[in-house]
Amino acid sequence: MKKTYINGVGCISTQKTFDTVFLEDAVYNQNDNILSVVSPVYKDFIAPAAARRMAKGVKNGIVASALAMKDAHAENVDAIITGTGLGCIEDSEKFLKNILDNNEEFLTPTAFIQSTHNTVGAQIALTMQCKGYNFTYVNGAVSFESALLDAKMQLEENEANSILVGGVDENGDYTMELFKLAKRVKQESEQPFTLLAPKTIGSVHGEGASFFVLESEKKDTTYAEILDVQIINTLEENEIETEITTFLKANNVEVSAVDAIVLGFNGDVKFDSYYKRLTENTFSDTPQLYYKHLCGEYDTASAFGLWMASKIIKLQEIPEIVKVNSVKKSAYNTILLYNQLSGKNHSFTLLSK
Amino acid sequence: MEALKLELKNKIITTLNLEDIAVEDIADNDALFGDGLGLDSIDALELIVILDKDYGIKLVDPKEGKTIFQSIESMAAYISANRTK
Repeated sequence: MKKTYINGVGCISTQKTFDTVFLEDAVYNQNDNILSVVSPVYKDFIAPAAARRMAKGVKNGIVASALAMKDAHAENVDAIITGTGLGCIEDSEKFLKNILDNNEEFLTPTAFIQSTHNTVGAQIALTMQCKGYNFTYVNGAVSFESALLDAKMQLEENEANSILVGGVDENGDYTMELFKLAKRVKQESEQPFTLLAPKTIGSVHGEGASFFVLESEKKDTTYAEILDVQIINTLEENEIETEITTFLKANNVEVSAVDAIVLGFNGDVKFDSYYKRLTENTFSDTPQLYYKHLCGEYDTASAFGLWMASKIIKLQEIPEIVKVNSVKKSAYNTILLYNQLSGKNHSFTLLSK
Repeated sequence: MEALKLELKNKIITTLNLEDIAVEDIADNDALFGDGLGLDSIDALELIVILDKDYGIKLVDPKEGKTIFQSIESMAAYISANRTK
């Protein structure tokens, strides 16, 4: 069975994660309940004629994938697999609003043709002229992990040698208003939004695109090996410690051998207790890291977490801004990621140098 | 007529999201498709909707579009002669 290596990464997020080394310009914004991406110069990556019909999620996906390909020194890949929770929600909103505003008349295809969930994967394929396997997973907060798992299995079974995998989501104005009403997004009056000491439900919302070139061969550009990915739909809070130690055991990794745990804390007082169980018990002596105070919460935010963990293994440094505790290790060779959203869609990802 | 031409240029830039193009960049007789402004078939549909929605003109024969959408000049002339609103 072949292995899975992360050989290139690219990230467009609510931080300046392009043209930087590793979060040296990161800002912990505690005043806004919705975070927007720091945009790259899209014209450097996409022809203006093509870009004019693209929503920001599509553009971010194309740029992040181009950065990952360049990082991996790859010209093309055998497959493109994308994960997204809400897809191209901006154009979906636009099209639906047109239907309502114009009483179902005067509908044009522009917003419609780019409003499907697989637009990002399709546009990346068109840009790269990749005619291989192209699939988009839409599975809530495990959309990205579903894509990752598919890619890992294809590489292991030798069905492909190189795969571009990514997670992408964008904010839509109307959807954000609905999320506020549903209290999925924190209310403006609740600021400052201090993620590790929450008093209210909901989270600060974000958006972004993180892409990875996965290959079965280790190269000079390699960041880490993906040892395992596991998805569990529903877990009770008192089951999380057993599940995560079982996952580690299945990979012959002791808790003490985990050099850092990357957790998806999002400031939701109702569900961050899953993470707290781990930080206060099983992983109390492990360096604990978080990231959603930087990128916000969204269905594929865990792709940002993987980008961060990959960078840590390659650079062997942890930025102060992502530390939950002060425990240190002499090296960061094995990193475990755990994410869930609202007590559902749990995922474990294990990386090794 | 001049006001209508200006209005059409602004509508085209906004509706078709031509970010890098200003009103001054579009001459009245410039070709809208092909070598001129470089519009494509999806843009043509947007232009048909503009005629219908904003000027009350329904294009019955799609072949007419080729002549009407040749330039801003031809569009403005057709709208002036056929508009119902």
